[in-house]
Amino acid sequence: METSRLTSQRIREYLREGKRFDERALDEFREISIETGISKNAEGSCRVKFGKTEVIVGVKMDVATPYPDSPNKGNLIVNAELLPLSSPRFETGPPKFPAIELGRVIDRVIRESKFIELEKLCIKEGEKVWSVFVDIYSINDDGNLLDAAALGAVIALKNARIPKWDEKEEKVSYGELTKKKLPVKKEIPLSITFYKIGEKFVVDPTKEEEDSADLRITLGSYKGSISSIQKGGEKSLSVNEFYALLDSYKEIWERLFKKIEKFLK
Amino acid sequence: MNKRKAVIPGEVIKEDENSLPGEWTEKKGNKIIALRYGLAEEVGRLIKVIPLSGPYQPRKGNIVIGQVELITFNGWIIDIRTFENAFLPLSEIPRYINKESMEDILDIGDTVIAKVRNVGKRGVELSLKSRGLGRVEEGIIFKINSNKVPRVIGKEGSMINLIKKNTECDIIVGQNGFIWVKGDSIEKELLAKKAIMFVAEKSHITGLTEEIIKWFEKEENEK
Amino acid sequence: MKSKSFERIDKRKFDEIRPMKAKVGVVPNADGSALFQFGETVAIAAVYGPKKMHPQHLQNPEKGTLRCNYSMMSFSVAERIRPGPTRRSTEISKIIQWALEPVLLIEKYSNTVIDVHINILQANASTRCAAINAAAMALAHAGIPMKDIVSSVSIGKLDKQLVVDINKYEEDWEDGEGATDIPMSFTGSGEITHIQLDGKISIEELKEAIELGRKAVKKIYEVQKKALKEVINCENGNEQTN
Repeated sequence: METSRLTSQRIREYLREGKRFDERALDEFREISIETGISKNAEGSCRVKFGKTEVIVGVKMDVATPYPDSPNKGNLIVNAELLPLSSPRFETGPPKFPAIELGRVIDRVIRESKFIELEKLCIKEGEKVWSVFVDIYSINDDGNLLDAAALGAVIALKNARIPKWDEKEEKVSYGELTKKKLPVKKEIPLSITFYKIGEKFVVDPTKEEEDSADLRITLGSYKGSISSIQKGGEKSLSVNEFYALLDSYKEIWERLFKKIEKFLK
Repeated sequence: MNKRKAVIPGEVIKEDENSLPGEWTEKKGNKIIALRYGLAEEVGRLIKVIPLSGPYQPRKGNIVIGQVELITFNGWIIDIRTFENAFLPLSEIPRYINKESMEDILDIGDTVIAKVRNVGKRGVELSLKSRGLGRVEEGIIFKINSNKVPRVIGKEGSMINLIKKNTECDIIVGQNGFIWVKGDSIEKELLAKKAIMFVAEKSHITGLTEEIIKWFEKEENEK
Repeated sequence: MKSKSFERIDKRKFDEIRPMKAKVGVVPNADGSALFQFGETVAIAAVYGPKKMHPQHLQNPEKGTLRCNYSMMSFSVAERIRPGPTRRSTEISKIIQWALEPVLLIEKYSNTVIDVHINILQANASTRCAAINAAAMALAHAGIPMKDIVSSVSIGKLDKQLVVDINKYEEDWEDGEGATDIPMSFTGSGEITHIQLDGKISIEELKEAIELGRKAVKKIYEVQKKALKEVINCENGNEQTN
């Protein structure tokens, strides 16, 4: 069931005083936990929790022909599934818009930051390159699947190892992971989504807060530069509001990074 | 003194010819078997299982809180989070209504406190014909497991009255697990919510009243 | 049965189940949920309902409907599976439903549906058995009236040797008579609610396999029971007097 109008009204009123129901600051993320290597058949995998929100991300690799416009680069395919297991609001059947959008937004966070060194994933130019599949699954939706999924994708990729390519047989020997890590940059991209509720902006909303929001804006960034943006929702925001978000971005980024730094080693 | 122990469905709770099967149990030979996951309780010869989870079962006279799902020509369909339809007919509104503007009384998405008038073959019939029922205008709404409602209310309302006293909030606990809280500040409403969640989580602890008193003292000190 | 000194790749005894792990409450949003693990095979299950069945023409006025939805995560196996239902997952979903229905007491939940969603996080054979074990726990955890719970295990015949809880390596056995895979499920009181077989086996051997299965599920049952009771005891501080 959607959050009741009454509760949404209270969330707005309280935000006007600069306060949130769970006593967090407006620009504060929930407790974050990350566990890697949770699915052994994946080349890389992790579980990310933001409070009660949980996602699982796995990386699989295969050898395929490159795209004609990038004959010497590996392929990246990002897919997200909003599992009916994870919320009474998600149904079985073909993916609906929120799942499709989630996959696409995370694709851009990863792709546009050039986090994966795709040019190092070429086996034979124009003929054989590695395809990297990033599959995202929601396990429990308590708001902000977007940022949790982006972080999950980054961590799973960072931990991924390339499987063995059997040149003679022309196939991948799964289960024989090489020592070679998937080539990714040292610095990581992060996604931070701002939600506008009433006149205020918050990050990392709970489901109740997400339901009360008028719009959201996702900023993917890498090494201090913005590399992807997605604005969602029916309402508009003023240019000045957006500038204020951009001005606060760096500090929020750094605080989020501090929270997850220990999981990156 | 009643002994309580955790049981799973199909488990033999007791082998005793003299025992009698109570709620959520059956007797096979001289065995009393659990038919639901929960706490088995023995009172005299009677053995029953107290469920800790599971759907809300509407009963006549229950106060429930729900959301308006649909307006029909002769009433409102209310979502009270049960597996049956709940219908509030026009005739159960204690005043004159213009059929052309039913949404002025209750609109889709509105939260309403109602009473279960009847549970029949065709679902649950609700009524607003009692004091304190009707559309809720202000406050917060949240949900707990409906099986924990009796503990949140306490013996003759002792627990909920204690929470009301300590938070100075108006609170209505719907038997379906929805709870409405209104106080003179949002802080107080949230404190009441926190206290209720605490009770719901610890609902089978002994001496829960003392626990909640201590809890309030601790909350007070942290301020 | 052949010698008991048969050597398994993971050094298990012929009747030894891989290390099991079980936990309930793994999906806070759900009405009931559970994880069940046989070694490297991990299933999570979440129950939503009973709730009104939509669309209306699927409603059964006689009793509640159980609807299972089994699916493997794309990276749970060596070669990536494309997301979305397959013929295999559709069949297994139905098999799981049939395995669980005999214990449910849902006559009075007419016109409603109980959804059980099961996802395989990591697979090393016996995924349907892990799925059934997780689903049975999740249903109990959701407070659905049941006369029993269900426990499931796969018995394998590798050449002539019967083994309990087969893994992927054993499933692919090719020596001698090859591999026969017999997943089966029992109620706590010992009724069969599910059995399938792929391979070749004599009637006598099949009976032996079922006897092995019966013994094995007793251990699985204990693991399920312990996990379900643990959360109550942990919430309520062991045996309560009131």
